[in-house]
Amino acid sequence: MEKNIVIIALFAALISALGLVPKFTLVSGIPITAQSMGIMLCGTVLGSRRGAKAVLLFLLLVAIGLPLLAGGRGGLGVFGTPWAGFLFGFPFAAFAAGLIMERWRSDNIPLVAGCAAVGGGIGALYLIAVPYYMVATSSGLDEALVTAMLPFMPGDILKAILAGYITAGLAKARPHSLLSRA
Amino acid sequence: MLSLTSLVKSPYHKVPPGPKFFLLMIASIILFSIANIYFQAVAMAFVLGLYLWPGWAFFTSGLRMLWPLWPFVLIVFLWHGFTQDTQSGVIIILRMISAVALANLVTMTSQLDEVIALVTRVATPFRRFGLQPQILALSIAMFIRFLPVLIEKGGLLVQSWRSRSTRPAGWRVVVPLALLALDDAETVAEALRARGGIAPDEI
Repeated sequence: MEKNIVIIALFAALISALGLVPKFTLVSGIPITAQSMGIMLCGTVLGSRRGAKAVLLFLLLVAIGLPLLAGGRGGLGVFGTPWAGFLFGFPFAAFAAGLIMERWRSDNIPLVAGCAAVGGGIGALYLIAVPYYMVATSSGLDEALVTAMLPFMPGDILKAILAGYITAGLAKARPHSLLSRA
Repeated sequence: MLSLTSLVKSPYHKVPPGPKFFLLMIASIILFSIANIYFQAVAMAFVLGLYLWPGWAFFTSGLRMLWPLWPFVLIVFLWHGFTQDTQSGVIIILRMISAVALANLVTMTSQLDEVIALVTRVATPFRRFGLQPQILALSIAMFIRFLPVLIEKGGLLVQSWRSRSTRPAGWRVVVPLALLALDDAETVAEALRARGGIAPDEI
């Protein structure tokens, strides 16, 4: 019980740390932060339920006014843009990634975790973010795809692949730490 | 831990966060239900007036918090320029700025401890669905305690990488950082148990 609560709080802090430490810029020259990779890792490492709870805790703290999003943004205002669907989609992304990790019991962790990160961090996330953008701006699918999906897609694919390798690295160093496989 | 609460005092600071959140909800619903360019322009002027009322220093700190919106404004503007539907583009931009500015206003004028108290109070009715307010409060406290620790450890990892390699640290540092978080969780959970743990009736 205690461990569940602590690990949820610490992974919520990890998501924030990945967005706040600018030196974690993934590829030199491209200003993408590792924050949404933190969301994927919550799912692939902690599993569906714990992963989603860690992300919900993170979002709650953003909403009550801590500047935790990449670039030091935070507060209720960040939920007011047409792109807020990404934030609302984060818990579902972590849940879906965790679910794939729990159900697909292959030993090839980089592959499974990478696919889980794609399924959750891209599949589930955009399934919420794109329709949200369409409703928030009363726009069509073409506009939503160009303005809400295309700019983030290359970075997200890269992050999903890295999330796969990082999860595998964790599984290797601490075989019992992968709660999604416990 | 830094919060986004404005140091420039305003009359809004005296209003408790509960009513402010409620008013924000109502205002957002109204903003999103009326797609009229004149209404949205007046609404934005009103919101700017709310920022100007406490004085110039408050107004400029409010503008600084709105500044990160510019890439979004640009994207909407470019798309609607491209499709020659500028009017709906302007409505979306005005509405977005007003909604975000109002929400920022609530954030800027509410003390973090008051908001945490509000969240714990609001969470109480959800007890029957398994959301325990005490556990939520404990999680928030642990998060606030451990975030600076993780950031510091992340910085140390980057430094030690630099002292050994000419290439930038990049994503490889995330593995040891996550490992540190996992190990810390183990130790902290043990420490909590050693101090009596979380009582079963709180679970």
